[in-house]
Amino acid sequence: MRSLIDIKELTVKEIEDLITVAEDIIANPKKYSEVCHGKKLATLFFEPSTRTRLSFEAAMYELGGNVLGFSEAQSSSAAKGESVSDTAKTVSCYADIIAMRHPKEGAPLVASMRASVPVINAGDGGHNHPTQTLTDLLTIHREKGTFENLTIGLCGDLKFGRTVHSLISAMARYKGVKFVLISPEELRVPEYVVNEVLIPGGCDYVEVRSLEDHIGELDILYMTRVQRERFFNEQDYIRLKDTYILDTEKLKKAKEDLCIMHPLPRVNEIAVAVDDDPRACYFKQVLYGKYARMALIMKLLELEVK
Amino acid sequence: MIIGQIQDGIVLDHITAGKGMQVYNILGLDSLDCSVALIKNADSVKMGKKDIIKIAQKMELDFDVLGYIDPGITVNIIENGAKVKREKLRLPERITGVIKCKNPRCITSTEQELTHEFYLADAQKQVYRCLYCESMAKND
Repeated sequence: MRSLIDIKELTVKEIEDLITVAEDIIANPKKYSEVCHGKKLATLFFEPSTRTRLSFEAAMYELGGNVLGFSEAQSSSAAKGESVSDTAKTVSCYADIIAMRHPKEGAPLVASMRASVPVINAGDGGHNHPTQTLTDLLTIHREKGTFENLTIGLCGDLKFGRTVHSLISAMARYKGVKFVLISPEELRVPEYVVNEVLIPGGCDYVEVRSLEDHIGELDILYMTRVQRERFFNEQDYIRLKDTYILDTEKLKKAKEDLCIMHPLPRVNEIAVAVDDDPRACYFKQVLYGKYARMALIMKLLELEVK
Repeated sequence: MIIGQIQDGIVLDHITAGKGMQVYNILGLDSLDCSVALIKNADSVKMGKKDIIKIAQKMELDFDVLGYIDPGITVNIIENGAKVKREKLRLPERITGVIKCKNPRCITSTEQELTHEFYLADAQKQVYRCLYCESMAKND
């Protein structure tokens, strides 16, 4: 039995296999519509979520399975003080697989150590969010057809953005990838990402401040939101939140086949007018997230379709 | 200063100057009934200054803990006044139940029964990270 807590647990080959399955689901959805018949997914969401929870639920329903769970800690025994370990053991008695979001970092890992069914980390605080990374990888693969020889711009909050760190870890394993890290000085990518991922991986990367000066060289632009909840000082948030706003004017300098991504929700870092640009991929990214999760659920339940 | 040789026991040599007391405390040497000598700032050709601990009895040592505190320590086992074994330490891959994660957002901050566990993330810089939240441990 296997769980997914951190994207680094998946090998390059396993990620490619998941992408292949996801692509096949997109091409032949009917083939997969009963693969999880009789199986149950428990969505244990100890904090609010729109996309991730609904994406997991939609994924399980489209595989012919069923879903049970809760969407806030207050409607579970956590409100009575039950530990994550006990919740995981209990839910293992009801479900075949668990997707857990929890505000505490490491909670899904604890659940995976105690549960008797696979556990998927659906986000643990500001730490890991591996299914978002799978979503991002499927989007890149769908839009670019490869993971190699791409110049990827990551823009905005590179310090606290967990999706950014995971995506760098995942993409650093491919040949010819160049990272353009665009952020204000205060929100630079943490030193450990540089020292433990980029440098050991022999990655080509630059840290810059200007989006306009570098947008023309990018194959992928991954925008992120500056998150209010990460700041102790409201004034710092207000000063930094509008540092980068992608609008149609800035896009004039970009490549024709640029792929614009965003983990969502956005606030105002991408102007709404950009949504109509064919290079805007962030809503397609939401859709791909469902397919990535379908492929992952199948893998962890060890189900295949011939 | 002259500290006599021990007949049977352990000599922890090449302790980084200033870390001797930390090693003394973490090994619980205050609870031993035998003679224990902690020598601070001894002259060392290799290190300039070093700390040394001499324990006049044999005991089980947690090499992982020692290696985490100070991987440069040399452990000498003494029998009948002679060195019979010499072990160099290295950084352990895992440390369990020795250091605590100080990240308030870590699950270990609320689930008290969890054992605090750290793994070696960067051997060159001696960086350990919490198994659960990946926060960096501080070796102090």
